[in-house]
Amino acid sequence: MDANTVLAVVRMNMEKILHFFKSFLLLELLKGMSVTGKHLFMHKITVQYPEEKTPQSPRFRGLHAQRRYPNGEERCIGCKLCEAVCPALAIKIEVAERSDGSRRTTQYDIDLTKCIFCGFCEESCPVDAIVETRIFEYHGENRGDLYYTKPMLLAVGEKHEAQIAKDRAADAKYR
Amino acid sequence: MIGIDTIVFFMFAALTVFAALRVITARNPVHAALFLVLAFFSMAGIWILLEAEFLAITLVLVYVGAVMVLFLFVVMMLDINIEKLREGFWKWFPVGILLAGAMVFEMVWVVGSNQTASTAVGAVKHAADYSNTKELGRLIYTDYVYPFELAAVILLVAIVAAIALTLRARRSSKKQNPSDQIRVKAKDRIRIVAMPSAKKVASQTDVSKAS
Amino acid sequence: MMEAQILQLLQWALNLVGLWESVWGLIAPAWPVIWILIKIVVIVAPIMVGVAYLTFVERKVLGYMQDRIGPNRVGPFGLLQPLADGIKLLMKELIIPSGSNKFLFVLAPVLALAPALAAWAVVPFAEGMALANVNAGLLYILSMTSLGVYGIIIAGWASNSKYAFLGAIRSAAQIVSYELAMGFALVCVLLAAQSMNLSDIVRGQQNGHGLLGWYFIPLFPMFVVYFIAGVAETNRAPFDLAEDESVIVAGFHTEYSGMGFALFFLAEYANMILIAALTSVLFLGGWLPPLDIAPFNEIPGLFWMLGKMSFILFLFLWLRATFPRYRYDQLMRLGWKVLIPLTLVWVVVVATWMQTPFWLW
Repeated sequence: MDANTVLAVVRMNMEKILHFFKSFLLLELLKGMSVTGKHLFMHKITVQYPEEKTPQSPRFRGLHAQRRYPNGEERCIGCKLCEAVCPALAIKIEVAERSDGSRRTTQYDIDLTKCIFCGFCEESCPVDAIVETRIFEYHGENRGDLYYTKPMLLAVGEKHEAQIAKDRAADAKYR
Repeated sequence: MIGIDTIVFFMFAALTVFAALRVITARNPVHAALFLVLAFFSMAGIWILLEAEFLAITLVLVYVGAVMVLFLFVVMMLDINIEKLREGFWKWFPVGILLAGAMVFEMVWVVGSNQTASTAVGAVKHAADYSNTKELGRLIYTDYVYPFELAAVILLVAIVAAIALTLRARRSSKKQNPSDQIRVKAKDRIRIVAMPSAKKVASQTDVSKAS
Repeated sequence: MMEAQILQLLQWALNLVGLWESVWGLIAPAWPVIWILIKIVVIVAPIMVGVAYLTFVERKVLGYMQDRIGPNRVGPFGLLQPLADGIKLLMKELIIPSGSNKFLFVLAPVLALAPALAAWAVVPFAEGMALANVNAGLLYILSMTSLGVYGIIIAGWASNSKYAFLGAIRSAAQIVSYELAMGFALVCVLLAAQSMNLSDIVRGQQNGHGLLGWYFIPLFPMFVVYFIAGVAETNRAPFDLAEDESVIVAGFHTEYSGMGFALFFLAEYANMILIAALTSVLFLGGWLPPLDIAPFNEIPGLFWMLGKMSFILFLFLWLRATFPRYRYDQLMRLGWKVLIPLTLVWVVVVATWMQTPFWLW
């Protein structure tokens, strides 16, 4: 062994010994605790939910709604594109001919317990009939309360039509 | 009239005997171990009655707090077949009776003799500031220093021997060395190479032409 | 101490309804027992309230250290949160697993809580304020804290569940390992104070210079070791291997619900407060003021004691907020290969130091 290797070995062992004694000072622990200690006095970022809310995007995907045209005619034409695209198989549609000869749905159900809120139904709809609104604070108290049928979806659409229309308009140029 | 000391003594004594009996009769080894704990506890109670609070607390600390925990630890993990353990019971019963009889005889002899009779419950009363611990320490380190040190050395030898007998290095076992792990620094494990984040468009087209 | 005053008060109150003679005739023979029971209640009730509010403070401190604000809905600043938690746990169904050993399953939470409360008997809160002034107080404390593990082991075994069992096994090994380091740290205090009586230990730290007389200065390594061992003994983060939720669900109390779970919870926090009280008594001068001058030594000792306990408890929470959980082999290495040799060395150092003229305490 030449002098250099000996020196290197000595230095390595010295480092080991130094590290050993240094570890008794618990410096790393103190460093960690200083970080958490600082955060104790930092600005808190909690959003106080029912009073404060985070801003929502116009593309927010919440509770579903069925829309109507301004003249009161329902938009859905029963093409079943949404049913086909739905990855969670949450949509069920039955179609029949209405007395005026147009194609209309007799049944349009969304099982919200299955729905994953991917927004594919909304995107696939050629007539913007099924949309997802900004509503996310809904609940069901009984089994089956979250199984939304056509009248329920239409009611949601009627109630929030103004907001829905505004959001579609805001997002229109990116579609 | 029976004093409250005597009542408490008999309570603890009865509890000790009951627990000790259950240690050997309980079917479940874990129950047996827990009854042994109870026996230790009631023993400690009796010692406190004798004003030996140092010994009593040490009994709880060492035997209940440490030894029995390890005992339970082992007993819980072993799946002991109780029926197999009881197989030779009646065969060895006469020998057991003989041994137990000899022990009872010895104990009666020792406890009943005139020399030790003064250790009966409540025989010696001390002032409130009497320190049993100090008395014990004084005796151990003066009159009984050689037996005490000898016992300590024998215990040490037993500890070392127990470890030496059971410790064998297993080649096949994989283990980590935490001291090595915590000694590692970032610069030992990763090498940071300076690289340009993006190439110019011109050079990219050159590469595509070349290929 | 206050016995006479309380008796007078009782006499006055009962005389108002003219029942003093008959009532006193009834309770006079048992009065010493009644008096001890009153003292026990006076100690245990604040501990239970302290436990409840410690859980609240813990959630607040953890929240603040994580840039959150913690519970703030129940009552002003969320101050009634512990009450709500307590009511919730009380109302919950107590489920006893069908494969469990029923007697031991029910007994285990009691066994966990009882030693945690029993140990308080010898803790002096201020000059002369201890339930029992036992000469072997330190040993008593050590033996009582070592008994808490039975609740955990029995809970793990009686649950008849693999996760609970693993938690129990971990806890048993951990507590037995750290008890040694804790014991040796206490031996150092014992050497310095030359007494096992906790009140005498505090008096031994009184040398007229306030904080300079406390044992944490000559025994600083032992102070740290005792605190670390205390955190490990109480199964608190970063040593909470017994209830390691990412590995063994909830450890030894996996199968417990409702009040059974609440009792384990109470035991854990009562033990935390106990370790805080002991650390302040043994190393931080108990009820002594930090500066032995006018405005400080006028304040009652109980205030200083509680202040020191709060500081140690805050350290507990701070540690929990900062450090990740130990791996099991690291835990054992720290206990056996670091803390125990360190304490052994320091026992010899202190014993030698005390024979030299440089020992000032």
